[in-house]
Amino acid sequence: MNVSLIRKDFPILHQRIHGKSLIYLDSAATSQMPLSVIKAIEEYARNDNSNVHRAIHTLGERATAHYEGARAKVARFIGAPAPQQVIFVRNTTEAINLVAWSWGMNIHPGDELLLTPMEHHSNLIPWQQLARRRGAKLMFMPLRSDGTIDLQELPRLITKKTRLIAVTHVSNVLGVINPIQEIISAARQVGARVFVDGAQSVPHMPVDVKALDCDFLAFSGHKMCGPMGIGVLYGKADALEEMEPLMFGGEMISTVSLETADWKELPWRFEAGTPNVVGAVGLAAAIDYLTELGMDSIHAHEQQITRYAVRLLKRIPGVTIYGPEHPRGGLVTFNLGDIHPHDVATVLDQEGIAVRAGHHCCQPLMRWLDVPATVRASFYLYTTEAEIDALAHALEKTKEFFGHGIG
Amino acid sequence: MALDDLYREVIMEHYRSPRNFRELDDATVSLTLTNPLCGDEITLYARIADDRIEDVTFLGRGCSISQASASLMTEAIKGKSLDEAVSIMSDFRGMMRGEPVEDDESLGDLLALSGVTKFPVRVKCAVLPWEALRQVIAPDQTPE
Repeated sequence: MNVSLIRKDFPILHQRIHGKSLIYLDSAATSQMPLSVIKAIEEYARNDNSNVHRAIHTLGERATAHYEGARAKVARFIGAPAPQQVIFVRNTTEAINLVAWSWGMNIHPGDELLLTPMEHHSNLIPWQQLARRRGAKLMFMPLRSDGTIDLQELPRLITKKTRLIAVTHVSNVLGVINPIQEIISAARQVGARVFVDGAQSVPHMPVDVKALDCDFLAFSGHKMCGPMGIGVLYGKADALEEMEPLMFGGEMISTVSLETADWKELPWRFEAGTPNVVGAVGLAAAIDYLTELGMDSIHAHEQQITRYAVRLLKRIPGVTIYGPEHPRGGLVTFNLGDIHPHDVATVLDQEGIAVRAGHHCCQPLMRWLDVPATVRASFYLYTTEAEIDALAHALEKTKEFFGHGIG
Repeated sequence: MALDDLYREVIMEHYRSPRNFRELDDATVSLTLTNPLCGDEITLYARIADDRIEDVTFLGRGCSISQASASLMTEAIKGKSLDEAVSIMSDFRGMMRGEPVEDDESLGDLLALSGVTKFPVRVKCAVLPWEALRQVIAPDQTPE
């Protein structure tokens, strides 16, 4: 993979911040869009913009073809058996909430929901609140000291009472790549459904829902070179059939009278109102871009960059890295001595380096790590080793700036 | 260098050796606040009698700006009447909104925090302890 050629596709990367070249190490929060995505969005807006599905006119046909074409593309990208199993949502958070509210109606008092302590708030709170609403019990898989799930505990935790397991594929803090396959096979033994949060995996590695055999998978367009406001919920057909629509309105009905209504077939019954067609167009262009480079190559590049970053940062006295050394997703979460992550991030920003500082929407995990906050540098297909060198150099400068007694 | 605007010597000194950093055993009021953005936490303790802040201390963990701001705040308001403290607080909040400082004397060492306004994402760090103070001495005023 030729990263210097790839970087030419991303206009946003070529700018100066505080007089320094921008080094964007926050792709786990939001990735950047290549020109092909920007152009696809522009061309749609210039030529084809109109409402979908009901229009008889030509623009409406084009918009519908774009929207349903994007759905088919997403389905192929994740190996879904049929486009009808792909529901467009705003983002991963909306997908999780949709399932927690709608499929959650199948949860009854005494049922158990099994999670991990490393979940993003968006894959914790919807289930936590579902458990409260329905009188279910919330359980958590224990973590080993390096942040990986202790699989030996699974047989004790996954029982006939387990109705749903919600687990992130890749942790947005620890970088842990979870053993989804093992968890799903254990779930199959007891008939539990498995919801996989793919926000940090689908953009970075090949993910095939048939091979995984997960019941639900969710991810966001803006973390995979696409625009914000478009995300995906994939579901197994029988799992989606267990769900009632959450939102009612246009686009999702078949017949309506003043007293009753019934729903369109999948997936439209879950897409009430005018959808984000331009977002779907951007996501489709992003999938084209990623597919052409190859998800295997992207994953290999990130693995190489991440190994390089871990090796370099470990050498800096005072740096504590959280999570397993290898394998891990394309991010490194760390602290620099006693210097608060906000202070680190402010100094790095002055060097043109964009990192994230805070609790990364994982307050329970921060408590588990026993730190108030951390710094996170996250990588993508456009990240270079030279940028990691600059990060390491800037961290040394940060230590100097804050001086002894703190660093 | 722009960083020196933010991390002035006074701020770094207060961060390294915060003043009044302890629990106050005979506090008449205490309050804990968290900044949900970053998890920074502060607990403010005050002993207030006859409309005067006889003593004020804090505990917490956070970045250099929030800790220094808290430390400087306790020094500025200790021994002051509630009216005086409210006035200092209003001046400080105005400075954080980027308004011109009219009374240098009222703010004193707190002026060192004026550079924070050049770093908009860090203003929340500086005002966290003041929000705790506002809830204690001026709950009717609007939060920042």
